[in-house]
Amino acid sequence: MCGIVGLFLKDRSLEPQLGALLSEMLITMTDRGPDSAGIAIYGSPESGRAKVTIQSASPKADFDGLDRDLGKAGVPATVKVKSTHAVIEVDSLRLDDVRLVLSEIRPNVRVMGSGDSIEIYKETGLPKDVVSRFDVRAMSGSHGIGHTRMATESAVTTLGAHPFSTGADQCLVHNGSLSNHNNLRRVLVREGMSFETQNDSEVAAAYLTSKMADGNDLGEALKSALDDLDGFFTFVVGTKSGFGVVRDPIACKPAVMAETDQYVAFGSEYRALVNLPGIENARVWEPEPATVYFWEHDKAA
Amino acid sequence: MPLRELNSALHALTAGSNDTEFKVINPRGSHAVAVGVDAPVSVQIKGSVGYYCAGMNDGGAITVHGSAGPGVAENMMSGTVIIEGDASQYAGATGRGGLLVIKGNAASRCGISMKGIDIVVHGSIGHMSAFMGQSGHLVVLGDAGDALGDSLYEAKLFVRGTVKSLGSDCIEKEMRAEHLAKLSEILQRAGITGVRPEEFKRYGSARKLYNFNIDNAEAY
Repeated sequence: MCGIVGLFLKDRSLEPQLGALLSEMLITMTDRGPDSAGIAIYGSPESGRAKVTIQSASPKADFDGLDRDLGKAGVPATVKVKSTHAVIEVDSLRLDDVRLVLSEIRPNVRVMGSGDSIEIYKETGLPKDVVSRFDVRAMSGSHGIGHTRMATESAVTTLGAHPFSTGADQCLVHNGSLSNHNNLRRVLVREGMSFETQNDSEVAAAYLTSKMADGNDLGEALKSALDDLDGFFTFVVGTKSGFGVVRDPIACKPAVMAETDQYVAFGSEYRALVNLPGIENARVWEPEPATVYFWEHDKAA
Repeated sequence: MPLRELNSALHALTAGSNDTEFKVINPRGSHAVAVGVDAPVSVQIKGSVGYYCAGMNDGGAITVHGSAGPGVAENMMSGTVIIEGDASQYAGATGRGGLLVIKGNAASRCGISMKGIDIVVHGSIGHMSAFMGQSGHLVVLGDAGDALGDSLYEAKLFVRGTVKSLGSDCIEKEMRAEHLAKLSEILQRAGITGVRPEEFKRYGSARKLYNFNIDNAEAY
């Protein structure tokens, strides 16, 4: 089943509440999938700085002294630990270096995602526990997406949880199941992409990353996904400045959207949206099958 | 009030009960609101509901002053269900009787496997509507999506706007006097004025899929 939510703010005065609003939306969707939960939040990018969110099964061993060890390896960084995850901040020119150094000095940590503004937190367990563990309610940001999982295509593990991030500042959540992901994964591997799991949704994320690396914008990438991906899907996708939604042509996986002057919101069900400010007067609709929807923050902002 | 208490109260009603007016406020998208009503009671729901609202209704008059999630009025037996807003997928699925009126649009699979229900949609309907419909009437004032009436049995479909495509074994049929009379009666029952039955086209089964064809005898 799975529950997915997304919130894209147009009104900047709501930004301090993004984490709190998105957390409540996700918790409402708990009974659509209690296996694991995750959230991606796009905070305000700081010029010249980039962030890497990492996860560890033994956070104490991996995170203690990590800033010092990164410095020693020649990549000065600050490390902010949140439970099993940590966010490393570095000079944006050193983003590739930090991944390389990490694989040497902390081979057991997993990179959840990286970019100028994205932070990703995901774990097995209920949404309410996952959002408290990472203090998601206190986070501010311009947009975010969340997922609560009922596992079908791969094991219930932290890595099998959504959102999947396969490119800088990109992430995807998926409700459904793909039937051609194995073949597509082979194609993408030949193109040089690497995969962390056997999960079908990770393939969808990587597919979009590959399309956008070819110069397509998010809308174009989602459009070609309709041709190339086979199976059931409702996707909600985030990029640094954009937010997109697409459903497969059969559209049996539910989706409801709401738009006001202040935000665009997505929920697997209307229940997820009922606490949003001004929902009584929002335009509420079901996204059409095989139709791409996407919104972009003013890129200059 | 928890959902279960509302539905238990509705189920406890017997013929001749004095409680005949129920109002549900702030449903906030809840699932299964007013499912299994089997008494001639009026239920006014002030807000949008989630899955399966008014399912199996048998004799109730249920109005949703908002939109409805998937499976509204699924398997209705008799009575009336009115949705003031839009309805999600498979509205009125498998319904055996009664009248379902959707004042907005209905999504995909509206009236799938309908078996006697009458469905009136003021707006448009999505793809695969009336799939395998056996009997009853689906009346659409707007447009129909892809594959209307796929594998249709004897449900009768009336569409005023355009049909994106017809499903397998569904064809346009002649609108005869008895069809105009029936359509007129349904429109009246749904409280629709200013729309003439002549504005609709009728679609039904070509009866090639569900009848045995002697040319296929070799296949058995």
